[in-house]
Amino acid sequence: MKTSSPILAPNGKPVARSEPVRKGGVRIVDAVKMYGAQGSGILAVDHCTFDVPPGEITVVVGPSGCGKTTLLNAIAGFHSLSSGSIYLDDEMLCGPGKLKAEPGPDRIVVFQNGALFPWKTNIENVAFGPIMQGKIGRVEAYEKARDIMADAGLRGVENNYPGEISSGVRRRVEIVRALMNDPKILLLDEPYRALDSLTKSVMHEALLDIFYKNRVTIFFITHDLEEAIFLGHRVVIMTTRPCKPKKILDIDIPHPRNYGVLTTKRFREFMDETAAAVHEEAIKAFATGEMER
Amino acid sequence: MNWGSTIAIKTGSFIVGEDFWRGVVAVIVFLLFWETGSRSLGWFGFAFPWVSQIPPPTAVLRELSQLIQEVSFWQSVYLSTLRVFEGFFAAMLIGIPLGLAMAVSRTFNGITFPVFEVLRPIPPLAWVPASIIFWPTQEMSIAFVTFLGAFFTIVINVIGGAQSIDVRYFQAARSMGSSTWDIFRRIILPGVLPSIVVGATVGVGITWAVVVAAEMISGGGSAGSMGGAAGGGLGFFIWNSYIGGSYTQIVVGMISIGVAGYISSAVIRKVGELMTPWLAEG
Amino acid sequence: MGSAPPWRGAKVKSPSMSETHLNVTPQTLSDNTEHNASIWTLTMHRVSMWLKSPRPYLMLIGFAGFLGFWYLSVEVWKLPRFAEMPGPTQVITEMFSRDPVYGLSIFVEEYYLHIWVSIRRISIAFFLATAIGVPLGLFLGWSTRFKQYVFPVFELLRPIPPLAWVPLAIVMFHGSETPVIFLTFLASFYATALNSMLGVESIDVSYIRAASCLGANRWQVFRHIIAPGALPYIFTGLQISVGVAWFSLVAGEMVSGQYGLGYVINTSYTMVRYPTIVIGMVTLGIVGYITSAGIRLIGNYMMQWRTRELALGGDR
Repeated sequence: MKTSSPILAPNGKPVARSEPVRKGGVRIVDAVKMYGAQGSGILAVDHCTFDVPPGEITVVVGPSGCGKTTLLNAIAGFHSLSSGSIYLDDEMLCGPGKLKAEPGPDRIVVFQNGALFPWKTNIENVAFGPIMQGKIGRVEAYEKARDIMADAGLRGVENNYPGEISSGVRRRVEIVRALMNDPKILLLDEPYRALDSLTKSVMHEALLDIFYKNRVTIFFITHDLEEAIFLGHRVVIMTTRPCKPKKILDIDIPHPRNYGVLTTKRFREFMDETAAAVHEEAIKAFATGEMER
Repeated sequence: MNWGSTIAIKTGSFIVGEDFWRGVVAVIVFLLFWETGSRSLGWFGFAFPWVSQIPPPTAVLRELSQLIQEVSFWQSVYLSTLRVFEGFFAAMLIGIPLGLAMAVSRTFNGITFPVFEVLRPIPPLAWVPASIIFWPTQEMSIAFVTFLGAFFTIVINVIGGAQSIDVRYFQAARSMGSSTWDIFRRIILPGVLPSIVVGATVGVGITWAVVVAAEMISGGGSAGSMGGAAGGGLGFFIWNSYIGGSYTQIVVGMISIGVAGYISSAVIRKVGELMTPWLAEG
Repeated sequence: MGSAPPWRGAKVKSPSMSETHLNVTPQTLSDNTEHNASIWTLTMHRVSMWLKSPRPYLMLIGFAGFLGFWYLSVEVWKLPRFAEMPGPTQVITEMFSRDPVYGLSIFVEEYYLHIWVSIRRISIAFFLATAIGVPLGLFLGWSTRFKQYVFPVFELLRPIPPLAWVPLAIVMFHGSETPVIFLTFLASFYATALNSMLGVESIDVSYIRAASCLGANRWQVFRHIIAPGALPYIFTGLQISVGVAWFSLVAGEMVSGQYGLGYVINTSYTMVRYPTIVIGMVTLGIVGYITSAGIRLIGNYMMQWRTRELALGGDR
């Protein structure tokens, strides 16, 4: 799929483009987020500018606490920006005059610690979105939910509660819940952080599987470089807090990918290129004693 | 209408936020409602259903300013407070070790917990007659009932607190070679402290309720008095005011108890915060 | 969401420290219990495990010790302070006799009348307190503005103990029933409202955010996220509320009002009918326990998602 966003210049300003951003593309322009009062607050996001190309997986990598979740929250509409703007498909989500976006089903978040409603069964969770929006009837919604769950290999757990299934399965149900609403972009906030690496590798392939079927734009946050390069079309490496894109890479390893990719030469080359940068930021974060969220 | 922000802007006060002023506005509205309701008969010619029977805040305030100057009033306050703290400290002294024992030893727990749970639903006041029969003086019987009130809460909270200490702390300590006594002193006690504080804060409130009730019951009661001589205390004061027909004094008494109860809880909570500095934010 | 320590079992935040629960650790569930098992199967399983443990026998030792001490100190050794008290044999014979000396036993109609009166009063008060307290509490937790206006007044009146309201209640409401019910209502109301509020505040903000993402409007969030999410705290509040209600009811009945268990205890004392006092206390304990357990059962049923989760040991 042809990417429509160019590489950014080192000063962060986008090089002039000729094509409009397509479905699900997000552009972040000079975003700044400061917590606390004027002058004595904490700067979380420091003049970030980069693009999330539509129909692709963009992964943001950075040390814990650097501010990447703040960016995600700003896109999703949970936090406001102090200045700067964010566009979705050329429509302003937030910016001067409207510093906070409205949360909505076009940008659905998959949360770090999981946000499947524990008091609803899995299928009730999955069908939640469309029913709330009133777009289709209950019966239809449940049927569609059943189908989409079966499609994702989740047949059999429809009537269980989230607390009864394993965390890996829970995560997949949450992603399916999001996809039910045909979102323009899926925002994933370190979704696999708490999983063991064996489950993680399965989750990665499952996510790619879902991506290949749906081609929804994905904005993925992680602190795991390997995960980032494996999944992403584009990897944005952030500095430690306040975050700013330090290095942006277009990963040209062809899709569809599978875990065999990890041992290829090209993959290792990307790791070499980026490991030093990430490590540098990690050391800085460690030195300043960044607290885990 | 956004009264809170209006007032905040007008007074130019940014030290205290909008939410404070909203609360103040609400309290003022409440007081106005009370005042109008109390005087409704005189002002409007008809009486509001229940509020009209209550003396108005202005009268209460006047009464309060008079009462503050009287020694007997402060004597009542002193008596009640004394009883509260007697019962409360007894409950802590016995309840905390007992709770710890029940949490630590499964055998002890198995023997004592069921009996404890069977006795717990019986309201403390139901023990008053039994208590009076058993204890030689009235003062001690009130103290016993007060003790019971706080005791159950404290024990339950201690057990809960001890059980929720992460087992990994024990494992870490053991692997570093701690003796059982060490573990008790350095892991269980600090780990239980927050729960003790919660139990104590709630317990103090219950103790006040029981003391007031006990004082009222021993001072009077439709079924007849339960013992004559000893009395006094704020509960007795309220009951007396009722018998004597001085309704303003009733309200003053209620407010006094409320204030005293609030202060006790606040003190306990503050002491608790000082004892558990690791729980403070930041 | 790493593994929970083995003896904790609960992944969902446990709101109350005063809940008593059997310490069933997850390891006690054998592996061939399907995770689709019904509540009944799970309960039966837990009961059978309990019977195999030393607990029932320790329990017997405890009760035997307690009753034994009571019996010995009052009736056999006749210890100084204890001599005046009614002993267990006295109480038991009285309670189960067809023609009780002091007029009250399980065969006497009046006994049930008193129980009924007390229960009726508590039911009215509790029902009102729940009907008003839960919505109010939920709203206090949900709307910051509402809380800013209402909470200070709420907190202002809270420290006043229920019994302190008795004279005022008698003055305000005429008759002897209403003041007692009002007292009970007040105490119950505060516990319920406060816990409901805490319940809302305890809900992880991620759930609310997820619901907004999925297109739910404010009212839908309230109905589908806030109300169910606060349910564990609400039920803890209800259990506390019932306990407090009994406390206030007994106090109120002792001071004013006729009939009812508090009244029984009070009059038994003044009429020197000591064994009846104990009968009254025992009855109170039993009825109090039943009401509390009843609420807990209803809560467990309504929150099946939680019961199952706790039974299976949380995170797997």
